[in-house]
Amino acid sequence: MTSSTFETRSDLWQRIKSSLVYHSFTHNRTAMASAAVLLIFMLAAVTAPLIAPYDPWDQTQFDIMDSEIPPVGSEGADDRFVLGTDAMGRDMLSTMLYGTGISIAIGIFATILQCLIGVSIGLVAGYFGGRLDSFLMRFADIQLSFTTLMVAIIIIAVFQATAGLKFYNDFAIIVIVLVIGIAEWPQYARTVRACVLAEKKKEYVDAARVIGLKPMTIVYRHILPNTFSPLLVISTVQAANAIITEAALSFLGLGMPITKPSLGSLIRNGFEFIFSGSWWITAFPALILIVLILAINLLGDWLRDVLNPKLYDK
Amino acid sequence: MFAFLVRRLGQAVIVMLVISILSFSIQDELGDPLRELVGQSVSEAVRNELREEMGLNDPFLVQYWRFLRNAVQGDLGTSYFFKRPALEVIMDKLPATIDLVVAATFWILAFSIPVGVFAAIRPNHLFSKLAMGFSIVGISVPVFLTAIFLIYLFAVELGWLPSYGRGDTLIMFGDWETSLMTIDGLTHLLLPSISLASVILPLFVRIIRSEMMEVLESEYVKFAWAKGLKKRRIWMLHAFKNTLLPVITVGGVQLGIMVSYTILTETVFQWPGMGFMFLEAINRVDTPLIVAYLIVVGLIFVITNTVVDIIYGLVNPTVKLTGQQ
Repeated sequence: MTSSTFETRSDLWQRIKSSLVYHSFTHNRTAMASAAVLLIFMLAAVTAPLIAPYDPWDQTQFDIMDSEIPPVGSEGADDRFVLGTDAMGRDMLSTMLYGTGISIAIGIFATILQCLIGVSIGLVAGYFGGRLDSFLMRFADIQLSFTTLMVAIIIIAVFQATAGLKFYNDFAIIVIVLVIGIAEWPQYARTVRACVLAEKKKEYVDAARVIGLKPMTIVYRHILPNTFSPLLVISTVQAANAIITEAALSFLGLGMPITKPSLGSLIRNGFEFIFSGSWWITAFPALILIVLILAINLLGDWLRDVLNPKLYDK
Repeated sequence: MFAFLVRRLGQAVIVMLVISILSFSIQDELGDPLRELVGQSVSEAVRNELREEMGLNDPFLVQYWRFLRNAVQGDLGTSYFFKRPALEVIMDKLPATIDLVVAATFWILAFSIPVGVFAAIRPNHLFSKLAMGFSIVGISVPVFLTAIFLIYLFAVELGWLPSYGRGDTLIMFGDWETSLMTIDGLTHLLLPSISLASVILPLFVRIIRSEMMEVLESEYVKFAWAKGLKKRRIWMLHAFKNTLLPVITVGGVQLGIMVSYTILTETVFQWPGMGFMFLEAINRVDTPLIVAYLIVVGLIFVITNTVVDIIYGLVNPTVKLTGQQ
């Protein structure tokens, strides 16, 4: 049994190695660099509790007397804090390691949620067509006419007002993931629907129908795998957008609380001090955020070029 | 044509109804209008009486119908904070936001069309590659970071431009205030409008480039080359004109996104427009103002989308205007 699993695994590796995507990846420096950056950020975020010098979520570990210490290399720096401290006296490096983790986690989970909702609705709308299709797509249009940022601001404001700020602060991550996840499903639904409409006409679907498979089996086992490449491409864009939306919300004070800051809340926190010259509280998280989003977007661009471009160009 | 118009307008009305229902149900969730009105010192009995009198105990649909009737007549409630009709407050703030959107649209149109077209015609030129590189960076930098960076560079470090407010305004057409007509107003407008344009501009460059490249590959453009037409004529008349169609559709959606981004830009620059007001209303739980903002912005979205669809229908001969499927 072990030998057979080993064989299939090496078969899979062989298939990956001989694939166009792998070839293109290894010959594209931008793609490799972006993937490396992403990998490093993810690793740093996952191992943050181990590698961070301090625990920024633990109030006993920082002191207001240490506030606004500049990073090493500038005047008044302190060796204990390599990248300086913020206005609450927290070590910037530790806070950013934890914050990057929050931003990435929200990006990933919000995208997964969008994908689950959007793909299910898109498959149903595309395969069954008719009234159901036009109803679902009209609904998607209406949802899209409200931008995600605005929907998120309102829902979070209502949530904060009804459930109380303390309760919100405890469950902020879940609320943000739910809001961004639910607000952006039409993007997936539209893409999947367009793919299904194209795939439905093909002979393999007719063949599956003729041998008597149930519609749901055809949709999930036969059509869904063929929508995979456009889904992958929009997933990169959606993940980048989810991270940007979360950062924007936190910047407006409607996202992650300052006790458990994401990159966006750190930037908001530092913005007040930018006029007094404490640039590092804003600049470091901003830089990390931009590099993170840029890496995801560059990877998405590369994927778009490699995978069949005709399906999702419009 | 008439059937198309009627159907499209009917759709717009339905969308507006949905938006109004959603906005109204927020009103139920956020805050207590009675407490805002009389404070906490009034006894429970008087409270209940007032409640009944104001119709707050009526069923949801009855209350909604009353709200809708007032809304159609332009009465969207009274702001708790400003103690003035919510619509009036919004109309006061609207010109500042329109200034911002107009200026940002100017940057977008002035740069995205020439850069996008050039990048499509000469994809291997150094300038095109630089433009594409910049565009992906531009898409990746969130609006509020561009704004902060511009403030830090031009207002804090160099001290060339103001970092907040609207500057001198000029009153035009009755009581419409604008920053576009004074030098001081324009210097105040420069940084906010650039940061608002910074995300949408690169997106437009990329869309125009990819659409134009696709059109340049098409048969009729090849035929035009074969006929020996002049380069300029083929690029502008044959290719560019046809890239405009998809650009119009995307443009309609992007205008909506731009309006929601004004919340961020106006907050960073303390620009006294609708977006800044909306965020303040959220922080003050000024429910009538929040609801009024949603309705006004929803109306702006719906009108632009409808106009874009109608223009698209008029420009694109393949859209059936007769209402038949």
